[in-house]
Amino acid sequence: MAARINNQEINNQQFQMASLVSHPDEVKVVSRRFGQGATDIDRYLALDGYKAVQKALSMKPDDIITQVKESGLRGRGGAGFNAGLKWSFVPKQSAKPKYILCNGDESEPGTCKDRLIFEHDPHSVIEGVMIAGIAVGSHTGYIYIRGEYRYLSVIMQKAIRDAYAKGFLGKNIFGSGYDFDVYWHGGAGAYEVGEESALMESLEGKRGIPRIRPPFPAVVGLWGGPTVINNAETLASVPHIILGGADWYAKLGTPKNGGTRLFCLSGHLVKPGVYELPMGYNLKKMIYEVGGGIPNGRALKAVVPGGSSTPVLTVDEIDIPMDFDSVGKAGSMLGSGGVVVLDDTTCIVKFALRTMKFYRHESCGWCIPCREGTDWLEKTLTRFHNGGGLKKDIDNIQYLAENMLGRTFCPLGDAAAMPTIAFVKKFRKEFEDHLEGRPCPFEKAGAELAAV
Amino acid sequence: MKFSDEFESRFAEMLTHYPTKRSALVPTLLYAQDEIGHLSDEVIAELARRVDLTELEVRNVISYYSMLTTKPRGKYNVQVCTNIACMLRGGEELLDHCKKKLDVGHKGTTGDGMFTLEEVECIGACSWAPAVQVNYDFHENLTTDKLDKVLDEYKKKGTQ
Ligand SMILES: Cc1cc2nc3c(=O)[nH]c(=O)nc-3n(C[C@H](O)[C@H](O)[C@H](O)COP(=O)(O)O)c2cc1C
Ligand code: SF4
Ligand code: FES
Repeated sequence: MAARINNQEINNQQFQMASLVSHPDEVKVVSRRFGQGATDIDRYLALDGYKAVQKALSMKPDDIITQVKESGLRGRGGAGFNAGLKWSFVPKQSAKPKYILCNGDESEPGTCKDRLIFEHDPHSVIEGVMIAGIAVGSHTGYIYIRGEYRYLSVIMQKAIRDAYAKGFLGKNIFGSGYDFDVYWHGGAGAYEVGEESALMESLEGKRGIPRIRPPFPAVVGLWGGPTVINNAETLASVPHIILGGADWYAKLGTPKNGGTRLFCLSGHLVKPGVYELPMGYNLKKMIYEVGGGIPNGRALKAVVPGGSSTPVLTVDEIDIPMDFDSVGKAGSMLGSGGVVVLDDTTCIVKFALRTMKFYRHESCGWCIPCREGTDWLEKTLTRFHNGGGLKKDIDNIQYLAENMLGRTFCPLGDAAAMPTIAFVKKFRKEFEDHLEGRPCPFEKAGAELAAV
Repeated sequence: MKFSDEFESRFAEMLTHYPTKRSALVPTLLYAQDEIGHLSDEVIAELARRVDLTELEVRNVISYYSMLTTKPRGKYNVQVCTNIACMLRGGEELLDHCKKKLDVGHKGTTGDGMFTLEEVECIGACSWAPAVQVNYDFHENLTTDKLDKVLDEYKKKGTQ
């Protein structure tokens, strides 16, 4: 009866890898070694592996930080904060040990890119963690991988073991006199744990409830020590910046938005997949050329440009460069790189409902606006989608979501509210079409019959 | 309470990775669950003792994480993602199909103890949607036909 899972069996199995795609417009930096067998440490070394960390060891720590700052590398976890700037907040002197924490909790709906990095190039993450450590004077790094990604934690644990076996980790790395340890850590299913302070709680063996800030993790983080928290893609980009130079990296992208990023194209597309494109790549082109356009002769209705928490864009709003500042100017966010494409058969009310159901499920329950707000919104949207909506509900949904904004301890409350507000504002007519007992205009005839 | 040697060596090693014992708790709970099938009272008592926590503290942690369970599950846990990217490509149809085929609801276990069905949130397979995870294995770009084949394979493997 019991679900016995033999760990040995998992270790020995041939992993079924997620399929890779490619497009001529791709600029491969982080994905350079995908499909090249770089999980093998010797292969990684043959592909310029562990050169960047050796270079970093010969640099002044402040120069590393300056390079990363000037490269325009911004956090790939969602908020898009300049990585070098974040590192510069770590105090030089600290009575407590400093830590580097790699966020591989990847669970924002629409996002599936860190998975490919761990799967194909785990050493690049280790190397990024090491360089961050050298830059801020830390001697310990943790790589946190979500529990569902068991096969990736097997790959990562092996990569770490191999790096120790070569003497790249541990005492006196590369004969520099510098000590650095890297450890793997695993989650057990919780979106909220991706939030940086909840991530630290989880790593300390607790429930993933966020911490009140300030103090920020750069000053008081893991076990009270200064901690740099970066997304896995952010850290995997760092070795390339150190080797290629800040200038080269910055120029790949747009001003203040350096480099490339992994865009996870999903939804109603002919060729969904994870593509590495320069920052600032045009969204419309991304959908119609890279993603192959909308299948089945349907038309585009809307795009969620950066994971489920980012406000939806309409067909008229997609002729924009995909970088943090431009998408911000368009009223949304570049977020975590999850581009979810909706065709004209999609019911926005239903989509809004599914989005809210997720946030209600994931709310940790600490603050009332988030706990009660997500619950009330899910219930209202459910009733609404079932044809039980009242006209005043539409304004109430928007009003309630607007009043969640900025009133919570962590940004999950905002993440639930922001997309909801955009759905109501931009697709009000679809909400109106559901009123007064009218069945959802998008449900298939068969589905309607089944529901009766 | 007996765990495998592999579990014991991993646990002993993990304890050396952190300044506090309880830091090893979350991954350890998952590995323990994988071996025993669920987090039984006995497992909880044992792990609480090992990391110097009360059983209540350990239970508080368990209840937070969606993958951890104190109840037995089937041999194969079929986790169907219905979140946005999967929903757009038929995730809900896959879930309905499983409900009918296995004749169980969300978190239900089939009479023969073979399958537990679970509707889950995004599992990081959005570009290969719709996706299902069975225990730790990903199955992607699914249709109901493909999923039937996948489940039949597990059933065959499980009855061997
Ligand atoms: C609810 C919530 C969930 C988050 N989930 C993730 C995640 O899964 N992965 C991630 O890298 N960042 C996630 N973040 C962002 C992190 O808090 C943090 O900003 C990020 O890891 C910092 O790294 P970066 O600057 O390299 O992006 C999440 C934030 C919130 C509010
Ligand atoms: S906003 Fe939501 S998830 Fe964040 S601390 Fe408050 S209740 Fe928890
Ligand atoms: S939405 Fe299903 S895997 Fe991401």
